[in-house]
Amino acid sequence: MQNRELVIIGGGPAGLSAAVEARRLGIEDVLVIDRESEPGGILKQCIHTGFGLHIFKEELTGPEYAERFIRKAEALGVEIMLDTMVIELTSDRRIVAVNGREGLVEIQAKAIILAMGCRERTRGAIKIPGFRPAGIFTAGTAQRFVNIEGYMPGCEIVILGSGDIGLIMARRLTLEGAKVRCVVEIMPYSNGLTRNIVQCLEDYSIPLLLKHTVVNIHGKKRVEGVTIAEVDDEMKPIMETAQFIPCDTLLLSVGLIPENELSRMAGIEIDDVTGGPVVNQRLETSVPGIFACGNVLHVHDLVDFVTQEAMEAARGVASYLADGGKKYDHIPVTAGEGLRYVLPQRINVEAMTGEKQNFFMRCARPMARARLYVESERGVIESRLLSHVKPSEMISIKLGRDELKGVKMLKFILQEEGDKIECND
Amino acid sequence: MSATTEKRRVTCIVCPSGCRINVEIEGGKIIEISGNQCKRGADYATTEVTQPMRVLTTTVRLENGRLLPVKTSHPIPKALLFDAIKELSGVVVKPPVKMGQVVYSNVAGTGVDVVATRSWD
Repeated sequence: MQNRELVIIGGGPAGLSAAVEARRLGIEDVLVIDRESEPGGILKQCIHTGFGLHIFKEELTGPEYAERFIRKAEALGVEIMLDTMVIELTSDRRIVAVNGREGLVEIQAKAIILAMGCRERTRGAIKIPGFRPAGIFTAGTAQRFVNIEGYMPGCEIVILGSGDIGLIMARRLTLEGAKVRCVVEIMPYSNGLTRNIVQCLEDYSIPLLLKHTVVNIHGKKRVEGVTIAEVDDEMKPIMETAQFIPCDTLLLSVGLIPENELSRMAGIEIDDVTGGPVVNQRLETSVPGIFACGNVLHVHDLVDFVTQEAMEAARGVASYLADGGKKYDHIPVTAGEGLRYVLPQRINVEAMTGEKQNFFMRCARPMARARLYVESERGVIESRLLSHVKPSEMISIKLGRDELKGVKMLKFILQEEGDKIECND
Repeated sequence: MSATTEKRRVTCIVCPSGCRINVEIEGGKIIEISGNQCKRGADYATTEVTQPMRVLTTTVRLENGRLLPVKTSHPIPKALLFDAIKELSGVVVKPPVKMGQVVYSNVAGTGVDVVATRSWD
């Protein structure tokens, strides 16, 4: 049994950022465990640009963003254990991991940060009828094939779902010589960043069919085509609009699920809406000494926010190690009308790690102009005007310790405002 | 003989407003820009219809058979993206490679370098 101060599970952007910040804060012994042979997580296959605009003030590719953090981690003496899979996590912070060099490795940690990321929803999760031929991939798997392994998943492609990975793959496959027939989205709006709609679809005249879905997959050995149809306001397919689209490949970009098997094993409370742990002001889960950040906590659209959140988790660990795991009472933080969720789900104002507390939230539907209200038991304590909110773009706001002092609950509400639109930066 | 008017539609990506900007072109000249809410939108639309530029990201082969992610060090004309991809498909790089190292010069005659976006030992 090894005894370690801080163990971080996952060496992607969240794990690396947390490790770097933890070392900067003076935590001596930081171990990152990753199941792959190289650190960097999913950034390794995200060869497109668009990373780092907030953190580095420049537009980097995924591998560049990862390499900057890998270098920092190495320079600061972070230990990274690769090719190692954590198979067990207990509520008293014991880890069992396995690799081909040492076999089973048992570690007792003083603190743990969960940074396992997320995985893609598959065909089973959305129950598409039809045959089960070869040629159906999640968009991220196709991305790995093209960018890391060097294989094309197919020639004639239909993409279901307009999440960012799907949009990025529409462009990537087009550049590599495939024909992307269309991107089909069941919602009346896209789930991707506007920048990606423009530069990945409009640039290559790839049609985006909103309020449409795939209702059948054809082909016995290999995909031969899909039937798509428009959907009504209840998202039920209108079969009179069904049309056959010949293709040999169907990519699915239909959402991401935080990967919380280990968290559940340790008895950590999971939020039904985010799919990730319930956390407090220092991103500590319901199990003392176990923290969470990045896509395992909730799915992010920008890696820069993952890094910021991971740094907050590292500060959380530092405060936990300093106060010896003192018990705190929390006030509840809830999402009201217009919002799907708010993180953290509970806070203790006295124990905030900084003068300001970051709150992350997602809206329920797109709004051109909306007002965000923060309510306590005393009424509205803060309101902010926001423009162009979209479910695909996370809202992040900071509230100061003074505003929060003495409150017994917090509720966030987002209300649409009139149609007057201002141009913002 | 009247010059034909061409209408182009551009989605602005300068800010989250995502304005749908209409550009009217007559005889190769922009005669009207509408639908934008600010000057930056007009500038963006002008570049988009005259000389749209993009950073190209792709991969090239390493001698060991693996793939090396690369990008153009500056944006190149959008119209040359496919030429650039084709030219880069024959490139093979010998490791070790450092992130930022130039692996190919003057891609598609643009004068722009292609650089590695990760290191490889």
